[in-house]
Amino acid sequence: MGERFDNFFDVVKKRFNGYNDEDDHDSVKCPRCQSLVLRERFEELHRVCPNCNYHGRISAQERLEITVDKDSFSELDSEMISCDPIDFPEYPEKQQELRDKTGLKDAVVTGTARIKGIETVIGIMDSRYMMGSMGSVVGEKIARAFEYASDHSLPVILFTCSGGARMQEGIVSLMQMAKTSGAVKLHSDKGGLYITVLTDPTTGGVTASFASLGDIIIAEPKVLIGFAGRRVIESTMRQRLPEDFQLAEFMQDKGFVDMIVDRKKMRNTLAHLLELHGHAPKEV
Amino acid sequence: MDEKKTAWERLALVHTKGRPTVKDLIPLIFTDFFEMHGDRYYGDDHAIMGGIAMLDGRPVTVIGQVKGRDINENKACNFAMPLPEGYRKALRLAKQAEKFHRPVICFIDTPGAYAGMAAEERGQGEAIAKNIAEFMTLRTPVISIVLGEGGSGGALALGVCDELAMLENAQYSVVSPRGFASILWKDASREEEACNIMRITAEDMVRLGVAETIIEEPLGGAHNDLDKISENIKEYLSHIIPEKCEKDIDVLLKERYTKFRKIGEFTE
Repeated sequence: MGERFDNFFDVVKKRFNGYNDEDDHDSVKCPRCQSLVLRERFEELHRVCPNCNYHGRISAQERLEITVDKDSFSELDSEMISCDPIDFPEYPEKQQELRDKTGLKDAVVTGTARIKGIETVIGIMDSRYMMGSMGSVVGEKIARAFEYASDHSLPVILFTCSGGARMQEGIVSLMQMAKTSGAVKLHSDKGGLYITVLTDPTTGGVTASFASLGDIIIAEPKVLIGFAGRRVIESTMRQRLPEDFQLAEFMQDKGFVDMIVDRKKMRNTLAHLLELHGHAPKEV
Repeated sequence: MDEKKTAWERLALVHTKGRPTVKDLIPLIFTDFFEMHGDRYYGDDHAIMGGIAMLDGRPVTVIGQVKGRDINENKACNFAMPLPEGYRKALRLAKQAEKFHRPVICFIDTPGAYAGMAAEERGQGEAIAKNIAEFMTLRTPVISIVLGEGGSGGALALGVCDELAMLENAQYSVVSPRGFASILWKDASREEEACNIMRITAEDMVRLGVAETIIEEPLGGAHNDLDKISENIKEYLSHIIPEKCEKDIDVLLKERYTKFRKIGEFTE
């Protein structure tokens, strides 16, 4: 009997674990409304919860596919990989493992692409790579993306998602906040447009640098946006925080998000905003 | 200088009671300090103080994170953990300095920006990001000095500068050693181990291109001789401020951007 119950509990436990890419079972649990959704349906909706409209995490690859014109993406700095600036134990091995597993080189993919024919620089962070944390490569690629955009009079669109600075690169990762914010500022001072799209989750050193500096800040519904982590705040305050604390809607209410846009409307919205800033479709 | 101390031993020095705070140092380094209050949006944060003072007959803007010297002072200044209005006050004073062509001197001494509900609601992330971006192009010289703890983005918000100096035992880190241990190893008790592998000492900062100068502390640490440490800081400022003020501002800004632009290690 014991065995049978163990087995049963295993199945139940599996079903109720938060979803992620490694899950092999056929349904996923929404981290916001806790409802179970058939995996197939969830994927079909590009990882949006059909029940509460929470916009889940998607890969940089999938984001590109649903955002930019087919075959228009041309990657910048595709071979850049991080060194080990503070000789952190097992950091190089951990990175190699992730590169093999995800096919990514680091936590951001940058390049040029067209959205409804409009040329733009685009950067997409991917949470599968060390929780989208920012180290040397993320800092450098984002800074270069802005410099490239300035040199070619292009707008920049960044999809952010990050747990913050990459601990394994120590102070060097903190300095990437200065590098990226500086690059945003120079692009901005030259009149360049920068649209930020905050996706789940955007926190820590990324919130406290380039993610908060967009001319226009868009967020996807119900994504987590904040500087300090919820648990850190709860432990300093010794009290429970409201349910919606640090969600996109809360942050919009507090004045830090211009608009909340559904994934299925993102491409059109971005194209419209680019056009409103004088960026026209290119004749192909 | 005592090169043999570990990062952990230095952290203990930084936390020693009597370690000079910005409030101890300002009257000994500058004359005629006029403190200014408030961010003009919401309130006046006591974890960051700022104002105008004289240095060698030259008006300067001084901004610093405030540690308390006892529990009551620490309560008042929130243990040097600024709220967004503190960063916004700092930026307001920096912009004022730019307008009146005064160099800016920032004293960094914080375990980090305050992590709390009010801070999030008022945009801690936005406040720090804005400071970093605006200081990068502030058209007046900026010198920052880490007095004790330089913790995370909360320190960097006063750390975008033309030159960064570290007091000999001061530390600068992406997160506190305790936070580091709890994030990476889920075990805050491994604080000492974290401290010693994180590369957070003044020498590490110079090696990694984050800091340019180390200001020597009196034997045994800054708390042993307040006059001496003030004198050393003043000597540094008296030499670096005129040097940066003489530079063409566009050259200075280019160098400031390059200083941060080149930090990072990667291959391609």
